[in-house]
Amino acid sequence: MGDFIDLFLNAEIMAKSWPLLLKGLGITAKLCAAVIGLGLAGGLMLSLGALSPRAWLKWPAIAFIDLFRAIPPLVLLVFVFSGLPFAGLDLTPFAAVVVAFFLNNSAYYAEVFRAGIQSVAKGQAEAARATGLSQAQAMVHVILPQAVRNVLPDLLSNTVEVVKLTSLASVVSLAELLYSANMARSVTYNSSPLVLAALIYLAILWPLVRLISRYQRGLAAH
Amino acid sequence: MTAPSPVHQRPMLEINRLEKRFGDTEVLKSIDLRVQPGELVFVIGPSGSGKSTMLRCCNRLEEPSAGTILLDGEHVTDCRGAALDRMRLKIGMVFQGFHLYPHKSVLDNVMLAQLRALKRPKAEAKARAMEMLSHVGLAHKADAMPSELSGGQQQRVAIARALALDPKVMLFDEPTSALDPELVGSVLKVMRQLRDEGMTMLVVSHEMGFAREAADRVVFMDGGVVVEAGPPEAIFGNPQSDRLKSFLARVSKAEE
Amino acid sequence: MRFLETFFNGAVMAKYLPDLLSAIVTTLWLSAVILVLGLSLGLALACLRSLGRWYLTLPIVAFADIGRALPPLVVILIFYFGLPGLGISLSGPAVLILVLSGVLAAFAEEIFWAGLTAVPKGQWEAGRATGLSFARTLFEIALPQAIRLGIPPLVNRALAITKMTALGSVIGVKEILSVSSSAQSFSGSATPLTMAALAYLAIFLPAVLLSRLLERRYSWAV
Repeated sequence: MGDFIDLFLNAEIMAKSWPLLLKGLGITAKLCAAVIGLGLAGGLMLSLGALSPRAWLKWPAIAFIDLFRAIPPLVLLVFVFSGLPFAGLDLTPFAAVVVAFFLNNSAYYAEVFRAGIQSVAKGQAEAARATGLSQAQAMVHVILPQAVRNVLPDLLSNTVEVVKLTSLASVVSLAELLYSANMARSVTYNSSPLVLAALIYLAILWPLVRLISRYQRGLAAH
Repeated sequence: MTAPSPVHQRPMLEINRLEKRFGDTEVLKSIDLRVQPGELVFVIGPSGSGKSTMLRCCNRLEEPSAGTILLDGEHVTDCRGAALDRMRLKIGMVFQGFHLYPHKSVLDNVMLAQLRALKRPKAEAKARAMEMLSHVGLAHKADAMPSELSGGQQQRVAIARALALDPKVMLFDEPTSALDPELVGSVLKVMRQLRDEGMTMLVVSHEMGFAREAADRVVFMDGGVVVEAGPPEAIFGNPQSDRLKSFLARVSKAEE
Repeated sequence: MRFLETFFNGAVMAKYLPDLLSAIVTTLWLSAVILVLGLSLGLALACLRSLGRWYLTLPIVAFADIGRALPPLVVILIFYFGLPGLGISLSGPAVLILVLSGVLAAFAEEIFWAGLTAVPKGQWEAGRATGLSFARTLFEIALPQAIRLGIPPLVNRALAITKMTALGSVIGVKEILSVSSSAQSFSGSATPLTMAALAYLAIFLPAVLLSRLLERRYSWAV
């Protein structure tokens, strides 16, 4: 028990690594902001494409979504970071992470938006068009607000996945939260910094995970 | 009224001083009711009068707060665990919402409890299920899925599902309330047929016409108590209490 | 032309194909073990939770929440680098299986449970009223419907988590990503990474397409 506390819950080492982890957390936050923002925008565009009646929009969008849902994000990241330089495209670790996870996440967000848009009754679009709204206006003012509300738990759960995903950036030596914690571990020969990082992730994500469960229960009750 | 009749007969279903509270709300206040073998007792009353709760207490889907229930002289209220499961085999129940299992075919719906609870051999269970399905006029739908049936057909399958277990009494909880008007007749026809075969039945329903014509006795409940009980001619033709009079007036107005 | 030479070099492909094939086998069996363990543990937990005893529900909910909130890589690093300090040395594949099947179990438990709560109360009543025991009603009536409701999200989640076998590359598991990464640094060519991406596509693209099919098939209302 003493060993366990010393190796995993060492307060002294946690305190010492705290500033480093906090810095890492800052980078994690920046990554999240970039990937979530771009992912939501890209996902929305892709979902509209995938639902378009025009074949030249629809099939490329669906192919993009399925392609990037099938490749593990870490493989994508390694490919972008270590593979693209061979083609003369040298990205900084931060840019590589954002590009790779944007590709991955816009595909996931697109699936959520698509399900949401399809969940809105067809009569809603017809009613909107019948009152003289354009197709775009109907989408923005009538369909999307309902679609987003219907899939809010899925949007939230995908966003939780993005935050967890950013921990993979440590593999390309981007000094985000997990990388900083792992650095501290290798310097101190003690796992407490990793546990501290885990606690930080939990503190941020547990409330969101709870909220998702509550939402899903609420929907199931209908 | 409680004096023993010359030919004393043990009631099939006996409800004694049944009480049910949900928190502070008293839903049933000391209900007494007897159903004789082969009798069809009809329970009427405004919504919220506690009729459904009383019915659901009879097979303990609702746990009574006080009182006893006996089926053919055996205590339903004392049963625990597997004994309660065995007791429920003898009490058939038909729900307002049918509650057929959507993932099983019509035949499998009728066979499931026969196989798993009654432990009948498969061939026997199947034969019995087919017999009951033809009894309700749906043998040709045995392989259909519940979603392919109309509401009236689903309810008849639900009746067959309960009958296949050879219950001693059948409880009907508003069996036609969820049906389109044109489908009600087919379900009532099956119920009338059951009565003619001598099944003991306790029915909660708003089908006043059916009560008048088919019931042996009608019980009027309001506010968690039995206000009045008697043969249908008396209840509908000569109501005594003000509460029953105003209830009947409201119902006949609504039916016009 | 230089592009082909860099990303689709035939000589490099031929050279590393045998290594990659054995890595594919590793990825496949790891995925299979994780799927079986994770799904069965998740199902068992959801069944235990349906008993409605607080002393079962509380630890199950805590496990499911933490498993969904923590980035798997954090847990993998803690297990792989931390446990030896307590005298418990697990191999890379063992850690990967342990952590990922745990994470899948956490998600699967939530999905099965959401399915169980979505089964209408009348289904339970019909089962109990016909003399079926609690266990019979659970296994014959409620669970088949819950599993059916849960199939689309389960397939998506199982897919996401088996893709995480790529995280094994961080702790020396000889799966597709780690083998192709080292091949890439030995050969000085991006071709092995292309091969890795193609291998993942070959494995997971059919699964993605299958998930689309299932989603359409099982989107019925109870």
